[in-house]
Amino acid sequence: MISYALRRLAAGLVLALLVSVITFWLLSYSFESVVASLLGSGATDAEVQARMTDMGMDRPVLAQYADWLGAALTGDLGDSYFTNEPVIGALTDRLGVTLSVVVTALLITAVVSVLLGVTAATRGGGADRAAQGISLVGYLVPSLLLAIGLVYVFAIKLKWLPATGFTPLSENPGKWAQSIVIPVAALMIAGIATLTAQVRGAMIDELRKDYVRTLRTRGLSPRRIVLRHVLRNAAGPALTVLSLEFLTMLGGSLVIENVFALPGFGSFAFNASLQGDIPVIMGVMILAVLMVIVVNLAVDLMNGWLNPKARVR
Amino acid sequence: MTGTLLDIDGLEVTFPGRGLRCRPHQVLHGVSLDVAAGETLGLVGESGSGKTTIGRAVLGLVKPSGGRITFADVDITHAAGARRRALARDIQVVFQDPYSSLNPSLTIGDILGEPLVVQGVGRKEANARITALLDQVGLPVNSAARLPREFSGGQRQRVAIARALAPRPKLVVCDEPVSALDLSTQRRVLELLVDIQRDTQVAYLFISHDLSVIRHISHRVAVLYRGDLVETGEAAKVTATPDHPYTRRLLLAAPVADPAEQQRRREERWRFAERDADRSAA
Amino acid sequence: MTADTTTANTAPESVAQRISTLRRLARNPQAVITASTLMVIVVAGLLASVISSHGPSHASLDAINAGIGTDGYPLGADKDGRDILALLLHSINTSVVTALIGTGLALAVGVPAGLIGGYFGSRVRAATEWLFNLIMTFPGLLLLIVLMPVTKGDFRATMALFGVLLAPNVFRIVRNQVLGVKNELYVDAARVSGLPDRRILARHVLFAVRGPVVIASAFLAGTSISVQAGLAFLGVGNSEVPSFGAMIHSGFANLYVAPSQFAIPSLLLGIITASLVLFGNALRDTLEGSPRKPQPIVTPTPRAATGTSERAEGLLVVEDLAISYESPDGKPNEVVRGSGFTVQAGETLGLVGESGSGKTQTAFAVLGVLPPAARVTRGSVRLDGRELLGLPDREMRKIRGRTIAYVPQEPMSNLDPSLTVGAQLATSIRAVEPMPRAEARQRVLPLLGQVGIPDPERVAGSYPHQISGGMAQRVLIAGAVAGRPHVLIADEPTTALDVTVQAEILDLLHDLRKRLNMAVVLVTHNFGMVADFCDRVAVMRQGEVVETGTTTETFDAPRHEYTRMLLDSILDDTTTRSDAPPRADAPPLVDGPQHTDAPIGGKRTS
Repeated sequence: MISYALRRLAAGLVLALLVSVITFWLLSYSFESVVASLLGSGATDAEVQARMTDMGMDRPVLAQYADWLGAALTGDLGDSYFTNEPVIGALTDRLGVTLSVVVTALLITAVVSVLLGVTAATRGGGADRAAQGISLVGYLVPSLLLAIGLVYVFAIKLKWLPATGFTPLSENPGKWAQSIVIPVAALMIAGIATLTAQVRGAMIDELRKDYVRTLRTRGLSPRRIVLRHVLRNAAGPALTVLSLEFLTMLGGSLVIENVFALPGFGSFAFNASLQGDIPVIMGVMILAVLMVIVVNLAVDLMNGWLNPKARVR
Repeated sequence: MTGTLLDIDGLEVTFPGRGLRCRPHQVLHGVSLDVAAGETLGLVGESGSGKTTIGRAVLGLVKPSGGRITFADVDITHAAGARRRALARDIQVVFQDPYSSLNPSLTIGDILGEPLVVQGVGRKEANARITALLDQVGLPVNSAARLPREFSGGQRQRVAIARALAPRPKLVVCDEPVSALDLSTQRRVLELLVDIQRDTQVAYLFISHDLSVIRHISHRVAVLYRGDLVETGEAAKVTATPDHPYTRRLLLAAPVADPAEQQRRREERWRFAERDADRSAA
Repeated sequence: MTADTTTANTAPESVAQRISTLRRLARNPQAVITASTLMVIVVAGLLASVISSHGPSHASLDAINAGIGTDGYPLGADKDGRDILALLLHSINTSVVTALIGTGLALAVGVPAGLIGGYFGSRVRAATEWLFNLIMTFPGLLLLIVLMPVTKGDFRATMALFGVLLAPNVFRIVRNQVLGVKNELYVDAARVSGLPDRRILARHVLFAVRGPVVIASAFLAGTSISVQAGLAFLGVGNSEVPSFGAMIHSGFANLYVAPSQFAIPSLLLGIITASLVLFGNALRDTLEGSPRKPQPIVTPTPRAATGTSERAEGLLVVEDLAISYESPDGKPNEVVRGSGFTVQAGETLGLVGESGSGKTQTAFAVLGVLPPAARVTRGSVRLDGRELLGLPDREMRKIRGRTIAYVPQEPMSNLDPSLTVGAQLATSIRAVEPMPRAEARQRVLPLLGQVGIPDPERVAGSYPHQISGGMAQRVLIAGAVAGRPHVLIADEPTTALDVTVQAEILDLLHDLRKRLNMAVVLVTHNFGMVADFCDRVAVMRQGEVVETGTTTETFDAPRHEYTRMLLDSILDDTTTRSDAPPRADAPPLVDGPQHTDAPIGGKRTS
């Protein structure tokens, strides 16, 4: 099990490295325009070239990447071009905001989807129609419209919740909760739609299997069969979808943070890319990829625990 | 032997292990056998004996890792690409599962036409051939416009046999062609295969786990056990008074539909088992 | 050639299935409504400059925040004085281009890669899989935003990039389909027929793949459009390009002044994406059949017994049992009609029949584990005189495992793949006799020993995939006899096993039957097993028991014609092939020296 975990981790790190190479390489095509905007509209071509030489941008892309990587491995992601703030510190500050929204949404999504999916698959009838209805609404309405709709109803019309802004958890847990309710709701509805459908489908497939019937002939109660046997076997594919949902939510938080003016990772990334702040962009990408890798690793390990066959490979 | 059509000499097949650290797995350790023109060689063995792999190697669906396969005096061990496709004229196949061996979205006519069209037979001639083939396997002529799902298992197997016969091959590999069928259907399909052989003088490499099926169709029988040939000979001999202990065990293990005779067999099998136990204890 | 040629002439419903997909789609109201909605929207977009007199960027100071119905501005104007109708129509075009680029690129990358990755060897597959896993690791939306300096905000470039990010979805669908199809024997048969790889891919593989790909395309188009709207809302990209996202953004800022400026584009965007999703769903239903229905574990209680005048006596009595399923056209389809037999304590009964004769359905009805779609329409199942049909599941649960137990056909699929053998058996033990888990675990080892497993400890610690089929069947038998049942129903318990293992399992059942004094109902198609194992036999044909009797009687003098036909079909033990192989160079020999001269259809010789 430990060697399995280490192998997955190593594969993840190679992936992170590759993502950073590709991102850097893609960004290298915009270095010139970035420098031009850094210098302002009045700068001449010669000034831009001089500045690029100054910043080492005239060297081969690979060499520049090697420099970035070398520094990154020591924990130094450089300084922002525009604010001169160290990137790593700026990012970790904002990560807290994003994670409190995304992780909360992910946890609620998982719990609600499993409950809905299992009930729908095992009960059928009204419970099934309700779950399918919720799924369909989540699919049909783009989360952007949903977010705005929620703000309009709960913050603007009813004034129950703050429309924008963020209170850190350490400052005031109650206000923290209030400040993330709408963002979390907006993020998780699409997630619940996808995951409920997945759990329902996996459960239905699993309930059709022969061993379920055999367990019944041994006198086991349906509840025990579902909880101890079926759910465990249906969890594998659902976990994979959950890890993909994390990715989607991370992307969704970009839009959501903008709508709700949350000082998170997403809005930071957005401003950085509008300005062409290369060190920040690289930092954002590498951090995001590392988060994805950690989540995937956790899912892989859980899968290994659930499924004895996956453990061997 | 004169008239040898297919000659397999020291055939070895090794499958790569799954994953990086698994060792490769050898399923055939040097199997030699031959099939004469117009004869049926029955190949019998249990799961994991490698009997299906022999058939697939002859058909070019798995790559041998050693040995030689000669067909009509031509080495076809590693025939690939155009050479392998040219062999389609002479070597054909009937698979076990009549459900998965016919593409569900093609009509019977399309399925039967496929091997003909590949060989450059014209539309009109192909249609005439399809009608003749359907007649030969005892299916109604209007079957050509229908889809496989409109047919029962036995009928589908007839379609599969017609497809194999389409290019007028010299050898048909029959991989458990009747084991998915019901008792009564099984018998009729076997009779059909025998009739066709009498009419067309096609040779069969007939693979089965069922000794009673093998006995009914084969001229000669080869017994396979864990990738090795343990016994070959005339069908009447091998299926009645086998030499090898494994063949004998196989023979006694299959229950016969006769209570008194089965009682006798059961006792014989137990004696056999006890003797084995004594021998291994000693 | 009588029985198996009849069905070809009597298959009316299959004709309907051959009607082309398009026509079936045309009968689905959801597909028709959503498709025509989308069509109207797209056409309106194409006619934008005809419908609206203003250009999308034409701003007029006079029209700022003009209300709905203002002259020349049927839907009003926004805060910059641009015609909302014109913006809306041109936004449709942007969305169409967006959907085409995003979906097109996802398909262009994903389909070929999926075909290659699925069809060719494991190395190619591993390489493509790795590549697409890499793409999936990119946080999509984030990448689109951070690469703004590269795409220069052109929505077409952004959507092209997004198309690549969507490609893994298409890749996975195609690869899985191809992997499934590739193992189908018809692909092997095509290869043996001499078809080159590219023709196999085109004719057999692509054919199977196209349905799921078309369905996925509808969803991908919807995703592309809403992502583009989201990005435009954020302000990514050229603000000169009319788009729903930009309109919603400006409407959002102006929400208090003129709510319609926000509501109108939101509504149209919602209609477009919802139509695409609903159209995709309708497409899926049409191409892949109706969606899977949930599968409640507990079957609805079957109807109680219909009173029969003469009551047969016995440990297990099944009388005039009928089971029907609802067929797709709503009519009940009776699969068992009048099945019945009696088993006395300690007796073995063979329930014999060909596939589809209803023998397994009868067994499930006795156990009360019929699938939810099945209905017991009449009959009676009595155990020790007690009627079982109509008992609530809670009561049946006390009987199952303790009084009636079951051994299935396929050993591997009947074990839970993710629990050890020991844990599964402990669960079964505790189901029939409540006890602490630790105690149940201790009982597992002697139980495994009882079914002839040589090293119980190793097997108890193994997962099902680590043991052989014969071993797995022994484990299932152990689970069945854990509650010392009075009746054991064994449904083709050796069919999936090798002949030599089959004999061992049959010996084990013999032995257990004697030791536990169980009655056994052996469901089988194999008369040899009946001869070996059963005191009495019941022969089923098309849902009916046509003959019952002692085994010896039935084999010696079958009364029913069908039984006689079945017995005659058995490939007996002594007839061998009688004709010698024809020689190409010589006239065919009439008799080989080694062959007996009986014809293939010869009688049994006993």
